[in-house]
Formats: sequence, structure tokens, C-alpha cells
Amino acid sequence: MTEPGRQAVVRVEHLSKHFGAGSARVDALIDINMEVPSGQVVGLMGPSGSGKTTLLNCMACILEPSGGRLTLDGEAVYDDHWLKADLRRLRLDKIGFIFQYPNLLPFLDATDNVAVVLHLAGLGAAAAHKHAVELLDYLEVGHRKHAMPAQLSGGEAQRVAIARALANRPRIILADEPTAPLDSARARIVMDLLRRIAIDQSAAIIVVTHDEMILDRFDHIYRLRDGRLETDELSRAPAGVDH
Amino acid sequence: MNLAYRDIKHNLLRFVLTNFGLSLLLGIVIMMTGVYGGLIDDALRQARAANADLWVVEAGTNGPFAESSRIPGDTRELVSRVYGVQRAGSVTYQSVQTELNGAPHRLFLIGFEPGRPGGPRQLSAGRDILRGHYEMIVDRSAGLELGQEVMLGTRDHKFSVVGLMRSEVTSSGDPVAYITLRDAQALQFELAPPASRREQARGGSMETNDQINAVIAKVSPYVPVAETAAALSRWKHLTALTQVQQETLLSKFVIEKARKQQLLIMVLLIIVSAVIIALIIYTMTMDKVRSIATLKFVGAPDRTIIGLIVQQSLSLGITGYVAGLALVFIFRPFFPRRLVFDPESVMAVFAITIVVCLAASTLGIRLALKVDPAEALSAAG
Ligand SMILES: Nc1ncnc2c1ncn2[C@@H]1O[C@H](COP(=O)(O)OP(=O)(O)OP(=O)(O)O)[C@@H](O)[C@H]1O
Ligand SMILES: [Mg+2]
Repeated sequence: MTEPGRQAVVRVEHLSKHFGAGSARVDALIDINMEVPSGQVVGLMGPSGSGKTTLLNCMACILEPSGGRLTLDGEAVYDDHWLKADLRRLRLDKIGFIFQYPNLLPFLDATDNVAVVLHLAGLGAAAAHKHAVELLDYLEVGHRKHAMPAQLSGGEAQRVAIARALANRPRIILADEPTAPLDSARARIVMDLLRRIAIDQSAAIIVVTHDEMILDRFDHIYRLRDGRLETDELSRAPAGVDH
Repeated sequence: MNLAYRDIKHNLLRFVLTNFGLSLLLGIVIMMTGVYGGLIDDALRQARAANADLWVVEAGTNGPFAESSRIPGDTRELVSRVYGVQRAGSVTYQSVQTELNGAPHRLFLIGFEPGRPGGPRQLSAGRDILRGHYEMIVDRSAGLELGQEVMLGTRDHKFSVVGLMRSEVTSSGDPVAYITLRDAQALQFELAPPASRREQARGGSMETNDQINAVIAKVSPYVPVAETAAALSRWKHLTALTQVQQETLLSKFVIEKARKQQLLIMVLLIIVSAVIIALIIYTMTMDKVRSIATLKFVGAPDRTIIGLIVQQSLSLGITGYVAGLALVFIFRPFFPRRLVFDPESVMAVFAITIVVCLAASTLGIRLALKVDPAEALSAAG
């Protein structure tokens, strides 16, 4: 299934993260190693407090790791310290993030919530608007393009948020429990969508989830326990998923 | 895409209400500059109304407004004979309080010699004083009408209003009234009947009352005023002040306390406005913490976020200022004192508003810059 030539878009080597010091020290991540090639959707599972969010935030350059290396889209980003000065620009260009809650800006309508990140990346107002509408159509919420976030249903808002995460065609998409507020039918639709995006945009997608119902939608599953990645025995590559 | 404008539009009602409050506050600040301008203007009018070149007052005093000045009644003849003096007139000044329709009424009485310098400049209605006694010309702000009679003095003489003027008030806002010098002297120095009887019993005399407060002199255009002033000052009991000196005395020293008080009120109001603007900006930023965290998360640079706050702060200040200015001009006719606006001070208030807004937004900016992008991850708020 992993074609030769597909390079890892996300590479994590010996990554560790601890909070606090002394007796209050919490080792949230211990010696994490993982690689996600482009076109793949991988799951990150584990009990509460096992470090899933912490790992995702480190990969999103929101949280500074305590040690190890992080390479995103072929660029070394972290090697015991940040290697990039402008992490926000890096996020804008390379990373799309889907929150557990849609986190749309309440004062912008659906279109502008997507257009704003295009605009931040330097696209002109008209082009940003046009592209945003195209994305909403692609996610099948085009009919709600003028709605304010407060008027959107949970599923619609989540798809607008996904459109925003996709807008700058990031190579890396990180999602923290994106299906938690959705019913299982909607959750499947979103997962299929992510799969399509992974292939269309040759992106690497990492999804934190508790939802056992969508396990078959992943190319690979990583399981965390007490800050360590479990060996691959428990995770399985789904056999019958057609791309 | 302007985020500041979008957020304002989204919360329009709150913005409008906040703005209304702010416009009242800024309106009061603007009004205070008008009161301040009015104070100086009234003071100067008082000096200019006399249309003098030189003021001859008691030696060593800054009379007749800044300090009391008393000189003998025959000084005017002395002054008239000095080289360069074209015309001269004696004047007295006094504040009186009388009752009209049961309400207390303050007037600033100027006694003058009809036909000589020191009288009213321009009438808006009625005629000049023609009879030697009991006629008066008064500013319209006193609320008197032509033909109306007013009781003045301890002997209850009735003065009838024969002429009206406009915008002749003192620096404390009291309307000015002109009467003849003789009437004024009588009012100023005559005692009420019981006091008078007592004075006579002690052997005092009532006939030494020919005193005045100042002589107003017009100088020939062919003679330098300074030269005439120097000549006048040779009399040991007199001091001559030029019109410029008199205006400086009035606009600087006489109203010094009132000026300082208003300046202080203005400074306090500006501080209050600054605190309120800062609080508004701060709470507006607080309400947006989650949006700011999300913006940072998706990659917005600090300049976008600072721009958002500064633009909102400025639009709050600018619209508040404009609305305040409009309110002041709408309610100007109902204000008890004259409001005089000069463009410089109106612009100065605008500049101060802008500076205050920028300063106030630093509080919001500090908060916004401290927002952790990870806050966007916390449970929906
Ligand atoms: N900012 C922090 N300061 C201190 N400890 C933290 C912080 N963030 C996380 N931790 C700790 O790190 C560990 C991993 O937390 P993390 O949020 O990554 O778990 P999780 O797997 O996402 O859990 P859940 O499924 O409940 O979301 C936990 O023990 C948590 O208490
Ligand atoms: Mg978590």
C-alpha cells in the first residue's frame, strides 16, 4: 500500500515532553518515534491523559517539546530547540488544524472564516473570497456560505472549519477529536472527506480520536499509553479500505 | 478583509451604546474648552467694551478689574490736559444684586459720563441714556425688557431700561449694565437712611463722594500711546495702563483661578475618559480572547492582532468624538454661559482623544499578545 517514493511528511524522532519539575514533573511524552507519509490518514488513540493532545500540539508547533527532533514537509523544525523563528508563518503555510470544536470566528460569515487564512497568506480579497467559496462547495456547505457561525449546525460548522484547515493547501493536517461532536453517520462522512483530501492534496493527516467506530477509516493507528507509543501489535492497517 | 470593522458590525448595538456613553464624556470635554474659551472671551470683551487706549488708575494698582482702584473725581480734567489725550471719561465699576420677580439678579454696573469714552459701544435695541438720572442700558442676558423698571441701591431708586446690548457679560457671566456716573457714585457711596443718620450724628460728611475707579483715555493717532502713558505716570497718585496691559491682566490674572479650575476639570475628565476607553478596549479584547487565540493558531501575525485592537480603539474614539461634538453644538443654546470654540482647542481635544485611544489600547494589546494560541484548543467557550 505504501508506494515507494512517498516520503514522510511528518517525522517525529525521540520526541519527549514533560511538564513541571521535581516532584510535580509529568512526563507527557516519552521517546516518541513516528512517520506519516503523504496521502495517509493515521489515527492517534489512547486513554485520557495518555498524551495525544500534547503530541498533536507539538507537531502543530503550538507546544515546545522538551527534546527530540521534528521534521515537517522535509524541513527540520525542532532539534532540541525551535529551528524556525516564525512558527505562525510555518503553521499558516504548512499546517491545517481541525479543532474538536469548530472554533470559527463568530464575527465572520462562513466564507470569510475560510477566506481569512487565505488573506493572511497573502491572497487578494477577491481571490481569497472566490477560493473560499470553492472550498465550501467542495465540502458541500456552499449553500451556507453567507451564514454566521452561530447559525450553522454542528456538522456544517465543522465542515467550514475543515475548509479553513484546507485553505492554504497544507501538507499536514492535524485534527483533535474532530468527530466528537458529530453523530456516527456524520463522523464517517468527515472521515471519508479527510481521506479524499489526503489523496487530493497529498497531505499527511493525523487524527486524534476515541471513536472505535471509525477505526476502519485509518491507514495506520498509533496508540499512546502513559506518554509512550505502544508497539504496532495492537494497531492494524485496515485491509479492505479502497482508496 | 477588515476584522475590526467586522467585529464591530457583529456587535453593533454594543458598539453604539458604548459610543453613546463615550460621546457624552467627550462632549463634556469639548464643552469645557468652550466654557474656557467663553471665560477668556468674556473677560476680554469687558476690557474691549470700554474702547480705551489708556486706563488711568490709582497709583501702584492693576485696576480697575484686577484690583480696586480709587481716584478723585476730578482726575478726568487732569488727564484731558495731558499731551496726546484726545478724549477722556470717568468710570466706576461695581457688582450689585437685586431682586426681580422674587429671584436674585446679579448685574455688573458701569457708571460712565454720557458723551465721553467708557459708555456702551453698540445697542441692539432702544436708545442711549439721555436723562441724567435713573436710566440704564443692560445686556440682553439679564432678561430685562425695554421700559422695565429695576430697583437698585439702598434707597430703592427705580431705574428704567432704555437700551439693550448683546454679549456684554463679565468673566463670571454676570450681565453688564450702564448707568450715569452720578447715579453710580450715589449707589456706590450713599448709605441706607439709618446708617446715614448715624454717620451724621458722628459728625461725618456725606459730601466727599466724588470718587471714581478709573479714567478711560483715547489718545490721538499722531501721538505714541507710550509717550502719553509716561506723561500720565508723572503724577504720583496715578498709574496708566495700556489696553494691551489691561487685556493681559484680565485674561491672565483676574480669571487665573477659574482658568486653573477648568484646566483641572478638563485634565480630570481626560483621565476619566482614558480610563474608561482603556476599560472598554480591555473588555472588548477579553471578549475576543478565543478568536484571538484561533487567529494566532491559524497563523495570524501579531501585527494583524494589534491592528484589530488599535483600529477598534480608534474607531471608538473618532466616532465618540464626532458624536460628542455634535451633541455640544446641538445643546449649545441651552447652556447657561457663553461657549466660545476656537478651532485650535477643538482640534487639540481631537488629538488628545486619538492619543488617549492609542495609549488605552496598549492595555488590550498586552492582553492580546499574551493570549496563548493553545487556548483555542480548550473546550468551546
Ligand atoms: N499544560 C500542562 N501542564 C501540566 N501538565 C499537563 C499540561 N498539559 C497536559 N498535561 C498533562 O500531560 C498528560 C497528557 O495530557 P494530554 O492532554 O496530552 O492527554 P490526552 O491524551 O489528550 O487526554 P484526553 O483524551 O483527555 O484529551 C496528562 O497527564 C496531563 O495532565
Ligand atoms: Mg486531548
